[in-house]
Amino acid sequence: MNIHEYQAKQIFAKYGVPTPKGIMVESVKDAVVAAQELGGPVWVVKAQIHAGGRGLGGGVKLAKTLEEVETLAHEILGMTLVTHQTTAEGKLVQKLYIEDGADIKDEFYLSVVLDRASEMPLIMASTEGGMNIEDVAENTPEKIITIPVDPAIGFQGFHGRQLAFGLGITDKDEQKKIISFAQKLFKLYMENDAEMIEINPLVRTGSGDFIALDGKMGFDNSALGRQPDILAMRDLTEEDPDEVEAAHYGLSYVALDGEIGCMVNGAGLAMGTMDTINHMGGTPANFLDVGGSANAETVAKGFEIILKNPKVKAIFVNIFGGIVRCDRIANGIIEATKITDVNVPVIVRLDGTNAPEAAEILKKANIANLIVGNDLGDGAAKAVAAAKGN
Amino acid sequence: MSILVNKDTKVIVQGFTGKEGSFHAEQCLAYGTKIVGGVTPNKGGQTHLGQPVFNTVKEAVETTGATVSMIFVPPAFVGDAVMEAAEAGIELAVIITEGAPVKDMQAAKAHATKHGMMTIGPNCPGIITAEECKIGIMPGMIFKKGNVGLISKSGTLTYEGTNQVVQEGYGITTAVGIGGDPIIGLSYKQLLPMFEADPETECIVMIGEIGGDLEIQAAKLIKEQITKPVVAFIAGQTAPKGKTMGHAGAIVSGSAGTAKEKMEALEAAGVTVVVSPAEIGAAVTKAMAKK
Repeated sequence: MNIHEYQAKQIFAKYGVPTPKGIMVESVKDAVVAAQELGGPVWVVKAQIHAGGRGLGGGVKLAKTLEEVETLAHEILGMTLVTHQTTAEGKLVQKLYIEDGADIKDEFYLSVVLDRASEMPLIMASTEGGMNIEDVAENTPEKIITIPVDPAIGFQGFHGRQLAFGLGITDKDEQKKIISFAQKLFKLYMENDAEMIEINPLVRTGSGDFIALDGKMGFDNSALGRQPDILAMRDLTEEDPDEVEAAHYGLSYVALDGEIGCMVNGAGLAMGTMDTINHMGGTPANFLDVGGSANAETVAKGFEIILKNPKVKAIFVNIFGGIVRCDRIANGIIEATKITDVNVPVIVRLDGTNAPEAAEILKKANIANLIVGNDLGDGAAKAVAAAKGN
Repeated sequence: MSILVNKDTKVIVQGFTGKEGSFHAEQCLAYGTKIVGGVTPNKGGQTHLGQPVFNTVKEAVETTGATVSMIFVPPAFVGDAVMEAAEAGIELAVIITEGAPVKDMQAAKAHATKHGMMTIGPNCPGIITAEECKIGIMPGMIFKKGNVGLISKSGTLTYEGTNQVVQEGYGITTAVGIGGDPIIGLSYKQLLPMFEADPETECIVMIGEIGGDLEIQAAKLIKEQITKPVVAFIAGQTAPKGKTMGHAGAIVSGSAGTAKEKMEALEAAGVTVVVSPAEIGAAVTKAMAKK
């Protein structure tokens, strides 16, 4: 789960990580009131969406007067922002963050992520702040320093010294400040079950202070149950409504661009099914894992979500029953044809637990449009042919 | 022969009396697995599925001599359960539970390593030595005994791969579902050498997916140490960037963790890489014929 910049900064402030003062608003009128309250003399008007690259997309702008704040708020609020991290359609800006301007001397990059190789949180930092870090990693990897921190010992002085020297910070007072900054950031990373924190840029001001000018945080979905304050920050309007609805029914769904709807049990087989369709010359319309507890209701819901997509020309149901019983899936398919208008060919391949019973159930139901796939390859081939109208 | 578990392996179940634990422990017993007891706090002294229930793993190990624990406790308690098993002297913990917080697994795995305990999972189907010992949730009936070892991040692809191997007239020595989380226990790097050393295993099927770099590490190891033929499939060639595909660990971040780079690394290491899981069976037959 991801949160907005203004929310990340609320968490930063709670842990004493310095940020500029700011106020989140949802209207032009409130934007001006917020700017008055902050006092100026300069403000930054920032679009709040769950995607990076907002500045380049025109969603972050500097205002020198209250009139400018008003004009910019008017311009940015309600705009559809397209960045390298959004889809081509972009994202609607519904919230703004009005922030004090900062006196920027230098820009750094600082993040904490889980390093799967060392199985530890990893602090990454660079003197190349304000740039796309993936470009820095590609072109000048020597400018990125990485410091793994073993949670069993926590953030120690030597980690801090590696960071300060690595960034070329030589002033002793500034060293203390950056070390304290990183220490607090690591603490909040651990205590909130964060998956990643990224500050880009982290700025050094003219007076030698370090401030988080930006803030991005993502969290471990498996830990949200014990992080009620974080869960309360979830903004559903930033997520794909079909994915949210699917998750509500225990389905894992991701929309894609193709024509063949997929309903599969297990994430690996679901990806493998997409890959197989692709290699046979078809295009998958979605990833859909019905999970281990699939029943008639969830299968019917799956059909409904897949069929919302007008591009879908055929549906391939590919189930290898382990815990999932094929007879339940078969009943789900029958249920779905009763409550939804399944107007495209459905190719069904059911193997594993109770597959013979399932075949019998489907045969008896005698559903038009239903084609049996004998195995994964056969089912995928029939789905590709059906989508092409053959 | 087989790897890690066989008909003599003594197994306890943590979360024995819960709904999931009960259901699957019963299936494992029916398969022939030597389940010698289980652990559910405050139910010590009772008998469940004909086996003794203990309050702690320590008591269970001391009384039964179990060396393996199958863990079914709810996600929030997985870390605790793994650490308890490690301190009680369990040699291998098989963690089936899905949805354990990453931070808990990080700490639990580090603690397990310190105590010399191996782990499999979490979020996995478990491990099975065909026709001898099933520790997990896989449909036992599809696993016929044979000479193919299998390692997979995905549960259903374990079944799909096994089924094809069996349809081709071959069978399985041991199949291990290693799980699809960001932090997992035993992986290709530890399991491939075990299959290499197992005299009955003649061919190894390796099923991976997008995200992380375990498959890249495996490619390096195969090149250096593995002489037996390896057939591999990497799921997620058509997955979009930056989206989690069902498994918490299955995500392509930036240019890292793509199926393409993993497939290329494996091919360079001499592995037969198939583009669809539908081709696993045929590739195994080809590999076995060449031997």
